[in-house]
Amino acid sequence: MTLPVQYLWLIPALPLLAAGIGALTPRNGRNLAAGSAILAMAVAFVLSCFALNGALQAPATHAVYNFAWFDLGHDALRLGLLLDPLTAFMCVMVTFVGLLIFIFSLDYMKEDPNYSRFFCFMSLFAAAMLGLLVANSLLLLFICWELVGLASYLLIGFWFHKPSAAAAAKKAFITTRIGDLGLLLGMLWLYDSSGSLLFYDGGHGVLEAANLASLTGQTLSCGLAVSTAIGLLIFCGAAGKSGQFPLHVWLPDAMEGPTPVSALIHAATMVAAGVFLVARAYPLMSADTLIATAPVHALTVVAFIGALTALLGALIACGQTDIKRVLAFSTVSQLGYMMLALGVGSWTAAIFHLLTHAFFKALLFLGAGSVIHAAHHEQDIRSLGGLRPRMKITFATFAIGMMALSGVPFLFSGFWSKEAILHAAHEWNVSPLPLYAGLTAVVLTAFYMTRLVAETFFGQARSPAAEHAHENHAVMTGPLVLLAVGAVLLGFLGTPACPWLQARLSGTELHSSMSQLFASGGLLLLSIGLVGAGLVTGWWLYGRKLRQTAEHRDPLAVASPAVMAALASRLGFDELYAATVGRLNSLTAALANGLDRWVIGGLVNFLGQFGVFSGTLSRETAESTLNHGFDQVSASIRGSGQRYSRAQTGEAHGYLRVIAMAFIVLVLLLVLGGSR
Amino acid sequence: MNSFPLLTLIIFIPWLGALLLAQMSRAHPKIIRGLALLFSLSTLALGLVAWANFTPAAAGYQFVEQHRWISFLNVSYHFGLDGMSLLLVLLTGLVAPAALLASWKIERDTRLFSLLLLFLQGSALGVFLALDFFPWFIFWELSLVPAFFLIKLWGGPGASRAAYQFVIYTIGGSVFMLLAFAAIFAAVGTFDFVELAVLAQNGGLATKMSGPALTAIFLGVLLGLAVKVPLFPFHTWLPSAYAEAPTGASMFLTGIMSKMGVYGFFRILWPLFPAQLHAAAPVLIGLALGGVVLGAFAAMAQTDLKRMVAYSSINHVSYCLLALFAVSSCGSEPARDSVVPALSGALLQMFNHGLSASALFFGIGVLEVRSGGKRGLNDFGGVRTAAPVFAGLCGLAMFSSLGLPGLNGFVGEFLVFRGVFGLAPWAAAIGCLGLFATAWFLLTFWQRVFHGPVGPGVAGFKDLSGLEIATLAPGIALMFVLGVWPQLLVGLFNPLVTAWSGHLP
Amino acid sequence: MTPLHLCLLISTGLFCIGLAGALARSNTILVLLGIELMLNAANLNFIAFWRFGPPSPPANGMIFVLFSIAVAAAEAAVGLALIIAVYRHQNNIRLQDATRLKG
Repeated sequence: MTLPVQYLWLIPALPLLAAGIGALTPRNGRNLAAGSAILAMAVAFVLSCFALNGALQAPATHAVYNFAWFDLGHDALRLGLLLDPLTAFMCVMVTFVGLLIFIFSLDYMKEDPNYSRFFCFMSLFAAAMLGLLVANSLLLLFICWELVGLASYLLIGFWFHKPSAAAAAKKAFITTRIGDLGLLLGMLWLYDSSGSLLFYDGGHGVLEAANLASLTGQTLSCGLAVSTAIGLLIFCGAAGKSGQFPLHVWLPDAMEGPTPVSALIHAATMVAAGVFLVARAYPLMSADTLIATAPVHALTVVAFIGALTALLGALIACGQTDIKRVLAFSTVSQLGYMMLALGVGSWTAAIFHLLTHAFFKALLFLGAGSVIHAAHHEQDIRSLGGLRPRMKITFATFAIGMMALSGVPFLFSGFWSKEAILHAAHEWNVSPLPLYAGLTAVVLTAFYMTRLVAETFFGQARSPAAEHAHENHAVMTGPLVLLAVGAVLLGFLGTPACPWLQARLSGTELHSSMSQLFASGGLLLLSIGLVGAGLVTGWWLYGRKLRQTAEHRDPLAVASPAVMAALASRLGFDELYAATVGRLNSLTAALANGLDRWVIGGLVNFLGQFGVFSGTLSRETAESTLNHGFDQVSASIRGSGQRYSRAQTGEAHGYLRVIAMAFIVLVLLLVLGGSR
Repeated sequence: MNSFPLLTLIIFIPWLGALLLAQMSRAHPKIIRGLALLFSLSTLALGLVAWANFTPAAAGYQFVEQHRWISFLNVSYHFGLDGMSLLLVLLTGLVAPAALLASWKIERDTRLFSLLLLFLQGSALGVFLALDFFPWFIFWELSLVPAFFLIKLWGGPGASRAAYQFVIYTIGGSVFMLLAFAAIFAAVGTFDFVELAVLAQNGGLATKMSGPALTAIFLGVLLGLAVKVPLFPFHTWLPSAYAEAPTGASMFLTGIMSKMGVYGFFRILWPLFPAQLHAAAPVLIGLALGGVVLGAFAAMAQTDLKRMVAYSSINHVSYCLLALFAVSSCGSEPARDSVVPALSGALLQMFNHGLSASALFFGIGVLEVRSGGKRGLNDFGGVRTAAPVFAGLCGLAMFSSLGLPGLNGFVGEFLVFRGVFGLAPWAAAIGCLGLFATAWFLLTFWQRVFHGPVGPGVAGFKDLSGLEIATLAPGIALMFVLGVWPQLLVGLFNPLVTAWSGHLP
Repeated sequence: MTPLHLCLLISTGLFCIGLAGALARSNTILVLLGIELMLNAANLNFIAFWRFGPPSPPANGMIFVLFSIAVAAAEAAVGLALIIAVYRHQNNIRLQDATRLKG
C-alpha cells in the first residue's frame, strides 16, 4: 500500500479532528476524548507507514501536490504538500512515538480533572507537527510551526494554576517568538526575492537550482550572499524552537508541563522541528558554500552554535538535581549535536540522530514520568534512590535509554548516530573545534547519565515517597518496553557498514561493506574510550559511595563548590537575560508610555490650554471694546419694549374692547368714506 | 444599473430604527432591545444581499445611486459600493449587533443607549458608502454626536473628560479637512470622489491649483484623517476614550470607528493626492512605524486592561497605514509583486482587527461586570479555573490579535509584512518589534488574569451566559474560518486591489 | 328687500348680540358663546353671498363654512379646556380675574 501525495493531508487532519472532538466534549467525556486521540494517532501511523512505503520506492524524487490558498493579484498564494523520505521517516517517527506517549498518558493523567482537554491539546500538537512535516511551502510550515508553539504553550501551562507553570509557558512562547521573528523575516525576504515559498514546484521552487543560483548570485553590501542572510534568519527560527544557544533558556523551564508532554514535545518531536527545518531547507542553507569569497557561510554559523550548545547543555546537565531538568539539558545538548551535524554538512547524520534520539529520549522521559508517578511527584534525584528493586521494568528500560544516550558501543542506537555525527565533524575542513566540543560532550553525557541513574535507582530510598514506590501498570510500562526496543534496534538502520537510512534519505545508492565499519577506526576507538571515561568517572563519584540522605552534599560540590553552584544556576543565563532583555523591554515600555503620556499628551494639553487662554483673551477684548456699543443699543431697545408692554394688561375684556373699537372704526371708515 | 435603492436602505434602516425608538417612550426595555437588535441586524442581512449580488470581477462601484441634491454647490446624493466598502459594511453588520448584545444588561436609559448606537451605526455606514464629499462629511461628523453621548453618559469615572477630548480633537482635525475640501471645490467645482480621482489621475487637479496650495490641502485632509485613525502622534485621545467608554461603545469605536479613518486614507487621500502622498511617504512610514512599535510597547506598560487593548489597537491599525504608505512610497517604479499583498493585507487587517479587538473589549467588559468594575492587570488571577469557557474564547481572541497562524490575524499581518518588506525592508524589520511586543503584553495579560492561583474575588466568577456566548461566538467562528480560508474575503477585493496596483502613477 | 338683504340684516343682528355678550359678560363661558355667535354671523354671510350673490363655482361658500365650523369647534374645545384649567387655578371663571398671563 502506498499513500499518494495528494492524500497526505489526511495524516495531520486525523489528529486535528481528534483535537476538535476533544475540545467539544464536556469534562466527563474522558473516554471519548482519549479514545479518539489514540485512534486518530494509530490511523495516522498506518497512513504514515503507507506514505513511507511509497516514498522509499522513489527516494530521490520529491512528490509534490500544490494548491492555491487564496488569490493575490493576477496570481495566487500557493501552498503544497510534499512527500519524500525525509517527510515520511519523520511522520512515522512522530506518529509512532506519539501513539506510545498517548497510551502512556492514559494512566499517567488519569487523575487529572482536565483529562479530555489534555488529549485535545496533545492531538492539536500532533496535527500541527505532522502538518509541519508534510508542508511543501515555507509558509505552511511556518503556520504549523507557530501552531506547535501554541500547543507547546498550552501544554507547558497545562497546570496553569501553578504560577511557575504559567510563567514557564509564557517564557517558552516569547523566547521562541524571538527566533520566529527571524524566521518570518527570512521567509519574507525569500518570498520577495524569489516570488514563491514553495519548496519544490517543478523547477520554480525555492529549493530548486534556478532560484538558488539567483539567490547566491546577489550579494549584500556587507559581502554576504542573499542566500546566506536568508539562511541565517531561518536558522534563528530553528535555534529558537530547538533550544540552541542563546535561546535555549525556555526548554528547561518547559519541564513544568506534565511529563508526557515533555517526552513528546520537548524531547522527541517539537524541539527537533528546528533540525528538521534546517534539513528541509538544506539546499538553501548550503547554497553559499560554493562561494569561496563569502565572509561567512550560513552552515558554519550553524555548526559553531550547535557545538557550543552541545557543550553547554552537557555541562549544565551535570549540575541539575531535578530528574526532568537533567534530561531537558541533555536534550539541549543532543539538539546541539544535530545542529552540529547539519552545520558540518551531513544532514542525513543529523536526521539519523534525530530519529534515534526521539526514541531513547522519549523513553527516558517516560521512564522519568513512571518514576515521578510512582513516587508521588517527587522529582528531586537527591530524594529518590533505591528504585531498582521496586520498579524493575522501569529501571531496565531507563538503563537502556541511558546507555543509548551515553553512546555505549555497538548495541545501542545512540552510539551509531553519534558516531555518524562525529565522523562528519571529523571530515569538516573548516575548523576542528566542533569536533572537540562534540568529543567533550560525549564524556560529559556519559558522566551525567551515570550520575542520574546512580542517584535515582541505586542505594537506599531517601524519602517516604521513594520507599512506597512500586511498579506502574502495564499501560505505562508497555510503551516503555516498545520504545526500548526501538532505542536498540533503530541504530542498525544506519551503521557505517550499511548506511541504509542515510542512503534512502539522500536518495543515493546504498554501498554496504563491513570494511566501512572501521574506516575511521581511530575516531571510533577514541569515542568509545571517552564514553568509557565518562561512565567510569560518573561511577567513581556517584556509584562507588552511594548517597545516604537527601541532604548529603553532592560529591561534585565537595570537589569544587563554585563550579557546582554555577552549573546548578544554569551558568546564570536566566539572570543575564532578565537583566538585559527583560529590563530593556520594561525600559522601552516605560519610555513609550512616558513619551505618550507626558510628551505627546503634554503637547496636546498645552495646545488645549493655549486654546483656552486665547479664548479668554479674545473674550476680554470683545467685552471691553466691541460689546460696549452693542450694549447701549440693546438697552434702548429694552426700554422701549418695556414701555409698550404696559399696554398688555392681561385682561381679556380689555383686549376685546380694543378689537371691538378697532372694528367699529374700520366699519365707520368704510361706510362714511365709502368711495364706491 | 440596479434601480433598487439597496445602499440607501443599508444606511437609513438603522436611522429609521433610531427614529422609531425615539417614539417609544413607554415600551418595555426588552422590546426596545429586541427592536434595536433587529434594526442593527438589518445591516448584516442587507450586506449579505449585496454580497450575493456583488460582482467581484468588476473593480468599479456597484449598486450606484446618484441623484442631484444641491444644484448650486454641485452636490449629489451619490452612493456606491466596491470590494472595500462591502468588506466594511459586513464588518459593521457583525460588530454593531455584537455591541448591542454586549450592552444587553445596561439598565439605565436603555432606549437612549440603543438609539444612539443605531444612529452611530447608520452614520458609519454612510461614511463607508458615500461617494460625494458633502454627504460623506455629514456622516463623518454625525458619527461624533452619538459617540460623544455614549462615552459621556454611560462611561467610567473619567468619561466626561475623555468624551470632550475625543470630540474636540476629532472636530479639530475635521475642520482642516472641511477647509481643504472647500478649497478644492473653489478650484474644481465638484465634491464627487470619483470625478476628483479622475482629475487627480489625469493631472487636472494639479493644473487648477498651485503646488503649495495643493500641498496645504493635502496636509489638511491628512490631519483630519490621521486624527480619526489615529496615526501616531495624533492618538492621545484614543486610550482614554476607549478605556472610559462603556463596553458596547468601545467595541464599536475600535471595531468600526477606527476603520473610518483608514477607509478615508484609501478612498480619499491616496486617490486624490498620490504625488503628495508619495513625497510625504518617508515621514509617514516613520509615523506609522511609531504607531506600530510605540503603541505595542506603551501597551506593555499599561496596568489598565482596557487601555492596554486600546494601545494595541493603535498598533494594529498602524499596520494598515504602514502598508498604504509603503505602497505610495514606491511611486513611479512600483514593485507590483509587493503592492498587491500590501494592499490586500491592509484591507484584511482592517476586518480582522475589527473582529479581534472588539472581542477583546467584550472580554474585558465581562471581567469588569463580574468583578464590579475592576479592570486592572493585577486585580484578577486564575479566571481560567473559574470560567473555562470564557477563558477559552477570550484566549482565541487574544491569539487572533497577536497574529497566530490558523486564526484570521495572521493572514493580514503576513501579507502586510510581505508587501512592506518588498517596498521598504527596514520598515518591515522594525515593525517586527511590534509583533514581538504584542505577543509579550498579550501573554502577560493572559498569564496575570487567567492563570495562576484563583485570586480574591475571582472564586465566585460565573462562566459565560448563553447571551454572552451568542455575542462572542460568531466573531470567534469567523476567526477560524478566515484563518483557514481567507479566500472568502480576499475574493471580494482582489480584483479591486489588482486594479489599484495597475493604476499606480 | 331682496333675500340677500334680509340675510345680511339677520347676520348683523347676530353679530351685534355676540359682540355685546362678549364685551359685557364676565363669565368666561358666556364670552366664548358670544364669540361663537359672531362666528356664526360670518358663516351666515358666506352662505348668503354664495347663494344669492353673483354666480360662483358650485359649493364654494359651503366649503368656506364647513372649514369655519371646524375651526370653531376646535376653538371651543381648546377654550373649554382652558376654562377648566383657569377654574382649577382660581376656583371661578371670572374673566377679569384671569390676568396672570400677561408678559
